[in-house]
Parts: sequence; C-alpha cells; structure tokens
Amino acid sequence: MYRSNVLVCGGTGCTSSNSLKIVDRLKEELAAKGLDKEVNVITTGCFGLCALGPIMVVYPEGSFYSMVSVDDVPEIVEEHLLKGRIVTRLLYQETVQEDTIKSLNETAFYAKQKRVALRNCGVIDPEKIDDYIAMDGYAALGKVLTEMTPEQVIQTILDSGLRGRGGAGFPTGLKWKFAAANDADQKYVCCNADEGDPGAFMDRSVLEGDPHAVLEAMAIAGYAIGASKGYIYVRAEYPIAVKRLRIAIEQAHEYGLLGEDIFGTGFNFDIKLRLGAGAFVCGEETSLMTSIEGKRGEPRPRPPFPALKGLYRKPTILNNVETYANIAQIILNGPEWFASMGTEKSKGTKVFALGGKINHTGLVEVPMGTTLREIIYEIGGGIPNGKKFKAAQTGGPSGGCIPTEHLDVQIDYDNLLAIGSMMGSGGLIVMDEDNCMVDVAKFFLEFTVDESCGKCTPCRIGTKRLLEMLEKITKGQGTMEMLDEMEELCYYIKANSLCGLGQTAPNPVLSTLRYFRDEYEAHVKDKKCVAGVCKDLLEFTIEKDKCIGCGMCSRKCPVGAISVTDYIAPGKKKPAFEIDHNKCIKCGACISTCKFGAIFKG
Amino acid sequence: MQKKISSIPFSGTPEQEAKLKEAIARNIDDPGAVMPVLQEAQEIYGYLPIEVQKMVADGLNVPLEEVYGVSTFYSQFALSPKGKYNISVCLGTACYVKGSGDILDKLSEILGIEAEECTPDGKFSLTACRCIGACGLAPVLTVNDDVYGRLTVNDVQGIIDKYKDA
Repeated sequence: MYRSNVLVCGGTGCTSSNSLKIVDRLKEELAAKGLDKEVNVITTGCFGLCALGPIMVVYPEGSFYSMVSVDDVPEIVEEHLLKGRIVTRLLYQETVQEDTIKSLNETAFYAKQKRVALRNCGVIDPEKIDDYIAMDGYAALGKVLTEMTPEQVIQTILDSGLRGRGGAGFPTGLKWKFAAANDADQKYVCCNADEGDPGAFMDRSVLEGDPHAVLEAMAIAGYAIGASKGYIYVRAEYPIAVKRLRIAIEQAHEYGLLGEDIFGTGFNFDIKLRLGAGAFVCGEETSLMTSIEGKRGEPRPRPPFPALKGLYRKPTILNNVETYANIAQIILNGPEWFASMGTEKSKGTKVFALGGKINHTGLVEVPMGTTLREIIYEIGGGIPNGKKFKAAQTGGPSGGCIPTEHLDVQIDYDNLLAIGSMMGSGGLIVMDEDNCMVDVAKFFLEFTVDESCGKCTPCRIGTKRLLEMLEKITKGQGTMEMLDEMEELCYYIKANSLCGLGQTAPNPVLSTLRYFRDEYEAHVKDKKCVAGVCKDLLEFTIEKDKCIGCGMCSRKCPVGAISVTDYIAPGKKKPAFEIDHNKCIKCGACISTCKFGAIFKG
Repeated sequence: MQKKISSIPFSGTPEQEAKLKEAIARNIDDPGAVMPVLQEAQEIYGYLPIEVQKMVADGLNVPLEEVYGVSTFYSQFALSPKGKYNISVCLGTACYVKGSGDILDKLSEILGIEAEECTPDGKFSLTACRCIGACGLAPVLTVNDDVYGRLTVNDVQGIIDKYKDA
C-alpha cells in the first residue's frame, strides 16, 4: 500500500510540454528521499484541462497542480510529499480559496461535466490492464458472453438510443442489426480512430487514456454480429495512442480476453492495428476499408453498404472510438440509464475538444442538450483578453460556424443540423472578433481541396472553383454576383458528390454566407476586412499625433516604405513618419516595432 | 496535393535493403501489405524514392503503379528527403485561428524556402502539417520530436538558432 498516489498526465498535450520528464524527475527525487516505497507515481491519460498542462494530481488530498515544470518537482517532493504541506503556489488557482482548497469536481471546468466515455481518462494507468479491470473493465464482455444472446446485445444498444459519435449520428444498434442479419463465412468489426478533423482530439484522448474500453467494446460488437476479426484504423500522427493500443492488445491476449475461446465460451476474437498515413477522406467508411486493404483510400459507391459488403467485400461494421467507449457502460448500467441522459433524439453524453480563442482549451464531456453558452462561458471560461465572441465552429471541415444568436441552442445532432452545422466528431473551435469569417471559410476549403481524393468530379473540381472564388473575394476582386454563384455551386457539390467528404465540404461556406453575409459584402463592396486578417485588403497607417518620430519603424521596414514628414505633433520633439501605401507589403513589421501604439491596420 | 519528387540520386545501403526485405517477408501474407510495408520503408530510408518503391512492388508482387498510387495518395509518404531538422508547423484549425499561418510565413522568410522544401545544405526542411492534437498549446510547431507551443512570430528566430549550429 502506498500512502500517496501522484497522477501525472501522459496525454499528448501534457507530454508535449514535458510531462514525461516530470515523471522521471519525480521518481528520481522520491528515490533519493527514500519515499519510493511510500509514494506511487502513475502516468495517466488526459485530464481534459490541456490549457493548464502539464498537470499533476496528488491523492489522497486531491491537490491539482497545474503548469508544473521539471524544476518544480523537488519542491513538491520536499514540501508536499515529505512534509505534508501543499504547494499552494502551483495549485490550479481556481481550486484555491481563502481558507480551504476546493475539490476538482467543484471547479467550473468540471462541475457541469458528465464523464462516461472519458470516465477512466486521467484516473487509471492506461498501460496496466489491471487498472482497467479494477474499474469493472471486461465485466461487460463477461456478462455479454455468458448471460446474453447476440440479439439481446443488439436490442440493448438499440434501446439505449446510442448514435454514432463520428459525426453523422446513425443509430449504432441499427448498424449492428443490419450486419448481424447478413450471413457470411467471415465478418469484420472496425474502429475508426483516424481522427482527421483538424482541431479535434477526443478519440486520441480515449485511446491514450483508456485503450481497453475500445478493445472490450469491439469484442462485444464481434459477438453481437458474429465476427471474429477486428481492425483499428488509427492515425500514425498519434504515436502515444498507437503505443498504448499495442500494449493493451498484448495484455488482453495474455489475460485471455482477446484471442481464442474467450472466458471459456468458445468465442474467438482478435484485433489488428492499421496505421493511417494522412488522408482525411479515410474517415469516410468505405475509404477507410479500402485503405485497410492497403490501397488508395478512395470511397466506393453505396449500396452495397458495408453491413453487406464492407472490408474485403464481407459484412462489416465500423464505429468511432467514442461510440465504442460508451458500449461497456451501457451493457453494465442498462440502456435505461444511458437513455436517461441527453435530449429526446440524442441520448447520452458527447465529448468536445475545445480549442481556439477560449481560456480552458481542452477536453470536456457533457450531456447532450447542454447549450453552447454553458460550454463556452461556464466550462470553457470564456474568451481570453476580453475579446468578443464571434462564432463557434463545430464539425470541422464538414461543419459550420454558429453565431452569437444561436448560443442558447441545445446541442444535439438534429439541432446542429437545423442551424447549418453538424455535430461532427466533436471539435469545437471558438473564434473571436479578430477572426475573419471569409478567411475561415477559405481555410476549410483549402483543406478540402487538398484532401479531396479526386475520384468524383463535383468534389474534385467543384471545391477548387469554390476556393478560387473565395480567394478572389479575400483579395478584393469579388463581385456581388459571385456570392450567388458560390451558393449555387455549394448546393450542386452537396447534391452530387460521391461520399461524405464532398457532400459536406461546402458547409463552411454556406454557414458563413448565412450568418456572416455582411462580412462577405464588406470584402466585396467596401474592399475591407474588418477583422484585419485578409492582407490584400489591409492598410497600415501611422497616426501622426501619436508618433514621436523615433524612426524605429522606418528602420525595420524591409521595403523602405516609411519616411519622415515635416509635421511635428503637439508636445513631441521630432517630426512624425508616414507610410507610402504603394510601397507597403503589409508585413506588419512596423506595428510590432512601435512601442507607442501609433500604427494601425484596417 | 502535388508531391515534390526528389532529383537527389538514391544512396541506399545494403543494411537498409536487408531491413526492407525483412519487413516485406514479415508482411507478405497480409492482403493489405502495401501500406504497412511503405511505412516501414519510410522509417528505414527516411523517404520513398522510386528505387525503394520498386523493391516494395517486386517484393510484394504487386504492380509498381499500385505502389506509386498509394505513396502519392497519402500525405505522410515523402518522395523527397527531409532535412536533418524537419520543422513542421501545425495548420489545424485551433492553431490556424491562433495565427500559425503567420508562423509558417516567418519560418519560410527566415529559411528562404517554401513549405515542403529543404534548405540547400540539407539542414532544415519545412512542412505544414495537419493537427497533431496538441490544441491546448496552440499554435504549435515541432522540430523532429521536440514540440514548441504557445508560440508567437517573435519566437521563431530563437528556435531556428537553437538548431542552426547543432
């Protein structure tokens, strides 16, 4: 027995800021003080509050240390672990009150969350199967194999109302039912861990923090549909997730929880890993299967649907990581428990990756039906630097931008579709007044043009033409007719593309046209970018009454566009400078040099 | 995305070839072997010159055009070598809205190369990458395996200086 447990986050966010070096140093210091038999150091998955990483939590006190550096370790060991005095200086300041220290679950970030898919993340050591088993791990698989028929399993998932967490929200139980109904000598269970949405990292955190939850759920799915083989298609950009999955698969084999004759029931199930190689289209189900087959990840026309002819032309189901992370809980707690959370048509919880212009970047899991306002302002801690909220982007390159007027919409699959966005896999990027919505639309279009596989014309050429129009608008060469042409082209691409990538690619353009048409019009009519992002529309000016004539900007200007005038502002000693707009290349070097705030862009 | 194909002559060693043959032998019974073998080949050689692709095609007994099709389809496969230090700037949404585009521009200006290019001395290469998932640290760049986060344009020169003489 250890008297203290120190949990250090080993997720990608925290390891990027050196949390593993903190673990090493901690172990060294503890050994030097002879405390290594009393204090246990555990590397866990993601705690969610990535903005404050690296994160360390010390139990039994529950002290939540944030932004810890390697150099802080000796102090924590000496003061807290040896002498029992909490190092208040390093605590997450929200937990510190005048005379007491709040528990983590009472802080604004955690209080409104409900962790189902993430329940083990930041709690267990993901590289130890015993930790998972201690949290009822593999109990659901045992229950399914020994007490339930495949039909009962599928009915349970159907009754829970679980819908696919990958984006489209197709009922999971229904997918399983279709695949179970098709007879074949071989069926497959696949897991989509190719989290391609830029700015989304929910699935990665589940894989890094609780890999066995996915393995267990895949085995349950295998039993339900009659499959003996599974594939996890995971992004190669997630090395930590890949490593932990490999360890987890190996350990599950050792314990007889994967492989042959699981729990002595005669049920066989094995899982292989397949690494992606960076193609967004492989998040589409038929492309992913083509890619597992080792080919170019191009989509196939449907029908036949994968439930009939999927991987290697055999009946296949494909679910997303987060979907699987819910399965064992539904089996153990019953479908009613799961269906009691959420809204009428969207049950359970949803994990969101909060990013962009928000104070608490990180991972949150909330019941469906929570409003954007609650997520952004209560859990996320609002917008930094006192800036004004402009839009929230959900659904990545397939989704849309949600403006202020819809902040109080309850988030679920259907409500988001109704306001022109979509759930997507759960990336939620917050934008403030400094972000230009035309530029954001252009950013996503550049992404889809790059990632379009090229198989079908509407997507390959349509997105390219759309991007060209957006480029013209951001350069001040747009016309009002162009806005209507763009809209028409968007609907054409949506209606005619082969797969989900093309069918949703115009959404960022459509939603920004719908809610931020005034910004487009400002670019077209006034040739102005109000947010100051589109370089071609910018103009830099020196406010002569603020200029003290130091000449710093003039020396920094790479093209010699700044010269001295003969105007001396009242109270100043030297003449002011001015910018020649014909020479200026809008690099912004002058603004960052001026210490007196005399240069403006706009 | 158009791939840049290297004109640098191929210089593989017998050790590398032995490793590749071993990887081919290990995967040959897998019907979907092309991708995993190419991934290992890229780890061995650092990139995938046409000579390596030929060896993979011959070894797995699939047509070269299929191997070439796969290696040009996926963004992770590189057809030209990377520099000693590969600087990769995240252009995921979270980083982009926090200004990673400006950071890429600055790197490009200092190094005198565009994204997906390598400096003539082979020291630095520059790539624009998709989300690496460290959104909490946005904007982020990586130099080989080192991660630098919460960056501003002014940090760029300092990072390059760290590796310049290394």
